[in-house]
Amino acid sequence: MIDIEKANKEALNKLLSARPMLVGMGKAIDVVPGMKENLILHAGPPITWERMCGPQRGAVIGALIYEGKAKDREEAEKIAASGEIEFSPCHHHQMVGPMAGIVSPSMPVYILENEAFGNKAYATMNEGLGKVLRMGAYSPDVIERLKWMENVMYPVMDRAIRTLGKIDLKNIIAQALHMGDELHNRNKGATSLLFRQIAPAMVKSTKDASQVEKVLKFIDGNDHTFLNLSMPAAKVSLDPARNVEGSTMVVVMARNGTDFGIQVSGLGDQWFTAPAPVPPNALYFPGFTKEDANPDIGDSSIMETSGLGGFAIGAAPAIVQFVGGTPQDGLNKTLSMYEITIGENNVYQVPYLNFRGTPTGIDIRKVVEKNIPPFIDTGIAHKEPGIGQVGAGLVDAPMEVFKKAVVAFAKKYS
Amino acid sequence: MVIKGIIKKGEYYDSVTLMLVARDVTKLEGVEDAAVVMGTEQNKSILETSGILLDMFKDAKDSDLLIAVKAKDESTANQAIQKVDELLKAKRSKSQEAGEYMPKSLEGALDFMPDANMVIISVAGKYAGDEAMKALEKGLHVMLFSDNVPIEKEIELKKYGRDQGLLVMGPDCGTAIINGVPLCFANVVNRGDIGIVAASGTGLQEVSSVITNEGSGISQAIGTGGRDVKKDVGGIMFMEGIKALEEDPETKYIVLVSKPPHPEVLKKVANLIKSEIKKPVVGIFLGGDPKVVEGAGAIPSNTLEEAGLIAASLSKGKSMDEFKKLLEDREKEILQIAEKESKNKTATQKYVRGLYTGGTLCDEAMLISRTIIGEVYGNAPINPDFKLENSWISKENSFVDLGEDEFTVGRPHPMIDFTLRNKKILDEVKDPEVAVILLDVVLGYGSNMQPGDELSPAIKQAREFAEKEGRNVTFICSITGTNKDPQDRKKVKEQLEDAGAIVMPSNAAAAKLASYIVKNIGGVR
Amino acid sequence: MRKISDLFKKELKVINIGLSSFREGPEEVGVKVVQVDWRPPAASDEETMDALKKLLGSKK
Repeated sequence: MIDIEKANKEALNKLLSARPMLVGMGKAIDVVPGMKENLILHAGPPITWERMCGPQRGAVIGALIYEGKAKDREEAEKIAASGEIEFSPCHHHQMVGPMAGIVSPSMPVYILENEAFGNKAYATMNEGLGKVLRMGAYSPDVIERLKWMENVMYPVMDRAIRTLGKIDLKNIIAQALHMGDELHNRNKGATSLLFRQIAPAMVKSTKDASQVEKVLKFIDGNDHTFLNLSMPAAKVSLDPARNVEGSTMVVVMARNGTDFGIQVSGLGDQWFTAPAPVPPNALYFPGFTKEDANPDIGDSSIMETSGLGGFAIGAAPAIVQFVGGTPQDGLNKTLSMYEITIGENNVYQVPYLNFRGTPTGIDIRKVVEKNIPPFIDTGIAHKEPGIGQVGAGLVDAPMEVFKKAVVAFAKKYS
Repeated sequence: MVIKGIIKKGEYYDSVTLMLVARDVTKLEGVEDAAVVMGTEQNKSILETSGILLDMFKDAKDSDLLIAVKAKDESTANQAIQKVDELLKAKRSKSQEAGEYMPKSLEGALDFMPDANMVIISVAGKYAGDEAMKALEKGLHVMLFSDNVPIEKEIELKKYGRDQGLLVMGPDCGTAIINGVPLCFANVVNRGDIGIVAASGTGLQEVSSVITNEGSGISQAIGTGGRDVKKDVGGIMFMEGIKALEEDPETKYIVLVSKPPHPEVLKKVANLIKSEIKKPVVGIFLGGDPKVVEGAGAIPSNTLEEAGLIAASLSKGKSMDEFKKLLEDREKEILQIAEKESKNKTATQKYVRGLYTGGTLCDEAMLISRTIIGEVYGNAPINPDFKLENSWISKENSFVDLGEDEFTVGRPHPMIDFTLRNKKILDEVKDPEVAVILLDVVLGYGSNMQPGDELSPAIKQAREFAEKEGRNVTFICSITGTNKDPQDRKKVKEQLEDAGAIVMPSNAAAAKLASYIVKNIGGVR
Repeated sequence: MRKISDLFKKELKVINIGLSSFREGPEEVGVKVVQVDWRPPAASDEETMDALKKLLGSKK
């Protein structure tokens, strides 16, 4: 048998030595590898239109309307089902997308580079909370907002980033953890830090003050602005750790609202999937209940895969109502994740654990041996297309996928 | 009657917790039967036998919690299920005290206690061996309480432990006292200069308690699990234990406690004692020929009590003559009580019924009795010809070990839960042939915490029942334990005496007294 | 042998995997006990268990 310990150490070191930078923006069609006119990317493992869940379908409908390919839901559904549109996971294109994770060709995307390894990753801009495309909404106001983001926000942001040259995301994430963020359900600190860096550059690079004001107001009004940077930062950091021969480290956890899937470093591009669970313990917006909730969805579990999000919830006392109410409950969750990880982060820390590094690098062996599923905090979309977000909560990754991966690993390496 | 159930996926509780919860729920008004078990194949078959295996349970896994309730109506069943939930939550929050993090694995625990040196393992036997190996690989000594660990695994663990110089106490090791710390079912004993190696848990408890009650003390008490001295394991840990005590400067005397080892193992032990052991060794090989012990270079003894008394005498510097005098006095005293108790029996009353919670204590009692009153019946008799056809129905002189698997499936061990024995006491006393009821009470950690409160009412009730029928039934109890035990031997003794029982200083003395009474009234076979 | 004699000289420090009532004895005499909230491996089927054991085998 191959030396798994050694391989895992190598994979973890690659993850830990990443230097994720925001270096610019571009249109998906121009910059995302493999992007083409009739391609729509989605969150999670591969899926067909037929098996797609409500919110993901809703977002596809919205994207087709946004791209001008369809005028309404009916037409969009017909096109989506016709086979004329291809679907592919974001993860197959160096991308990650929160919730439905729908990316269409003309959407602007952030460009991130991992300076330690030279690889890139991409993500769209965050639209805010509530009735938004990524939650499956596609009404005219949703499309209008996306258009504004493309036409106004994108050029302003792009110029500001290029003015700065690059923005060190690892640095922002490390600081945000000390400000009560875990970078998945809470990005308030990180968004504020980004705002501080980018505001002067925006003023400098865009003459139209009213445009600058609107963009800054939009960022200020959306605590989750940074989520669409923390996610590709995690992705660009994890990608070099892929394909380490003999490593049992998880490099992707992703959900499409139908299936939950993982990829494992030593097992190449193979997906291990199981039905995505509905978050059992969640907090719902007024008027909604568990009955309305779609099963777990989004690439945002890349945060947990990289040792943040739920794994760092002990650093985020402001959102511990999700885990049972007390800061100690949050710490206990983080502590339990040390039991299934290969090591601790060298930069990202949990202040309340004496600045211990966050639990980093999920080991499929430990997950199965100790029967502790990775713990993810997440937003919850309505199960019907067109409605949007209904709550937020916590979910355990389904054990099934780790068991399948363990079996496949033993087969491959024995 | 309705049967209702639910599955809680991925909720794990240990079996004792679950059994105690099930017991409490079964006591609810209108509840006929309740099961709260993990979804193992074995548990499912138990549910099937009890007629409460719901269809929904059939695909349940080991890590799923199954709750089934049979009750008089739907709402009672629902209430009972809710009660299970509440009780489990209470148990969990009690064990989690103040929200402190509880590690989920040995590895996680070592994060919190990197200098740990002893691991107690009591998870299901199927997994216990693997957990023990992980502990040994990390250089930790192991106390393996779990039973049902495969023999091959035991050998592997013990060989590895021997090679690494680590203790592997068990599998199926109920008791140990290391550095004065009681582990699992252990008594609070004096510290002293007597070291014990035992292949019998209750045997170790009895000997260490006798030594303490005599005013001497224990340096170390190493348990090995009963299979250690069988042929397959070959006494690996029994011998490692002896060597460790020989090396230990605090230990001046060594006591060996076991059922008779396999002859090959005995030979090895004898060779070890002769060649390497300079400290005096006292041996009790229950049911074995004392000459064999002598041949092994050890001082032989006839009972657990004797072994303890000899060691205590040595430790106090008393001569063997003084010790023999002590035994003779005790014998006289027993005969006197027997004489008195024999007088008030009716013509029908002839027999003794022993209801035991400790397996070794039951064995010892049978061994003593058969020399006085002839062969006795039992569910695990000395002479296989005297096995009870039905363990639930005694006949003539019978000794039943209620700790055997046939009684413990689906309920806590009788040392913890007195319900079953209390019921048996009331059954036995209805038999007009019964003259004596013989009971063991084992104190210490792990055992029932209120034995006096729980056993006394049953004794009282049984005696009153018999009296109404015009019979006097003698209750004889032995208490394995010390005054420092959490239950307090002295207090328990008073409670039992208040209930009308005769409390003897040891299991051996209790068995002798019972036998002499039976002999006097003609119940000899 | 040496390790057992060493143990006899040291303060006992206990990790308890399983029945939580086994904490009581040691704690009563002032010994530190870390209780493990143990659960069986997720591998309830033979195939996963075998695979897991193979993978864990390389831990030694």
